[in-house]
Amino acid sequence: MGPQHPSTHGVLQVKLKLDGERVIDAECVIGYLHRGVEKLGEAQTYGQFVPTLDRMDYIAAVSNCLGYCEAIEKLLSVTAPPRAQCIRVIMTELNRITSHLLWLGTHAIDLGAVTVFLYCFREREEILKIFENYCGARLTTHMFRIGGTQYEIYDGFQDQVRVFVKDFPKKVDEYETLLTENRIWIGRTRGVGVISAKDAIDMGLTGPSLRGSGVEWDIRKAKPYAVYSDFEFDIPVGEQGDTYDRYMVRLEEMRQSARIISQAVEKIPDGPLMAKMSKIIKPPIGDIYHSIESPKGELGYYIVSDGSTQAYRARVRPPSFVNLQSLKRMVAGHMVADVVAIIGTLDIVLGEIDR
Amino acid sequence: MADEQKDSQQPEKPAEPPKPAAPAGEARAAVPKPPPPPPGAKPAAPAAPPKPKGPQQEPWSSPLVDAIKEKFGGEFIKSYSFLGQNQIVVKKDRIAEIMTFLRDNDIVPLNYLVDETAVHWPKTEEFEIVYILYSHSKNERIRVKARIKEWEPIESVSGIWTTADWLEREVFDMFGVQYLNHPNLKRILLPEDWVGYPLRKDYNIRLQDVEWVRKHLGIDSGQKYYVGEARHEEDAGYVTPSD
Repeated sequence: MGPQHPSTHGVLQVKLKLDGERVIDAECVIGYLHRGVEKLGEAQTYGQFVPTLDRMDYIAAVSNCLGYCEAIEKLLSVTAPPRAQCIRVIMTELNRITSHLLWLGTHAIDLGAVTVFLYCFREREEILKIFENYCGARLTTHMFRIGGTQYEIYDGFQDQVRVFVKDFPKKVDEYETLLTENRIWIGRTRGVGVISAKDAIDMGLTGPSLRGSGVEWDIRKAKPYAVYSDFEFDIPVGEQGDTYDRYMVRLEEMRQSARIISQAVEKIPDGPLMAKMSKIIKPPIGDIYHSIESPKGELGYYIVSDGSTQAYRARVRPPSFVNLQSLKRMVAGHMVADVVAIIGTLDIVLGEIDR
Repeated sequence: MADEQKDSQQPEKPAEPPKPAAPAGEARAAVPKPPPPPPGAKPAAPAAPPKPKGPQQEPWSSPLVDAIKEKFGGEFIKSYSFLGQNQIVVKKDRIAEIMTFLRDNDIVPLNYLVDETAVHWPKTEEFEIVYILYSHSKNERIRVKARIKEWEPIESVSGIWTTADWLEREVFDMFGVQYLNHPNLKRILLPEDWVGYPLRKDYNIRLQDVEWVRKHLGIDSGQKYYVGEARHEEDAGYVTPSD
């Protein structure tokens, strides 16, 4: 199942060992999109590296930015001011909705439901308009800076977000009417790609894929970052660990994100946008690991600093890379068409896997 | 010339070269020694060194650390906490047993391997293999570090956490670290027949396996560097391997 395939969500090659139509074994070949981002991290200064990271998980670029900026801020022992953190939360949650909408659209269209794709992209367009009004870019936004945010929210931002968040839960209900009780959808996703909780943790699965298997673990609750501890939200958990459960988990996560945004947009505190720090970023000698809950899973940054303006080692722990390992276990015994469903449900983005 | 890792057009050079042979996190090199007494003067009590600025490593002890010291006293080097993140430094021998213990113990069962990566310290010719572990039940994250020389192999932990399978393949791909008992140690991100290990510090960022490009893509990429030798960009023209 070669690198050029409409359903592999990027340049992924899956070598399948088949017995008729049944899959016995699968081996993923990745690296077609390898750009040497970690090497660039050592050559560019800390501030220069941030836009490079947007290109990693290009679907949900805001999370990459957030994770790295927070990691460097931890290393510098600097906290972004509350106003910046609140804006960060709003943008990151909008970003999560964006990513899940794209996931739903492409997953559904891979399995044949074309209408869902168009509906999801209609909503996604609204969010991308907000992103564009805020920072000028739709996809590879460079929204946050080390120490805070650069851009002030524009007039009408709060109204636009409020309008979006008011309508959004109804739209999610609309997607549900199309898919949740649909016999074809259930037939294609129930029992497909099952992974138990123990296997999932052993294979390092994180994010909605892990929560679909029943493990209630979300970094926003376990190790809160930004100002997530100020907001109320639930963590949806599945039961059986199959594709249908992961679908329900992500759908519910979209609703919970809308809930967070609706709380956050009411209480954006006043204040400065950037913390007081020197323009030239020279962290102390040491290393730090910081991870956030990106829409795909645990996105971690391990930065080793030698006191200079460039990182000594900038390691990105990509959730999709680790999640894709589970493909082998999930796919055994299913048919070729189910492989498409399973790749879709893992929600991978090759930019992140290959870096 | 081989140490020219940084681009020569860079506007900002660090004020002093990176501290040599310092394991990550040790800021004690910043402490100045007291000045030598002038000859003939009686030795005065040396002045206390000024407190170093910035975050320091704090010693860290916990029931888990005590259990490790008890079981693996010979391999345990130190445990410290830097910026609130707990780390244990061990020797690379018996790393698989240490990791199995960390996963299966009752004090803090670290059942999830978050990340495994390596850092290259060329001055001491060492790789520092870093394991980041997390315990779901105790919500604790611990980093374990082990140093190996560049030519030494290390035991794989992929039998303990299956996550390590691809993570170790990537470390092998990027650094050339040999893992023993790994089920499938081959390159993962770079093509199978690529020569060179990019994330090493002696691999220039512009370096490319020109032979691979020529063979597989049929073009002359025009990169002035090639595997194994970094030539300065200002030097005379493009040199082909046949010269």
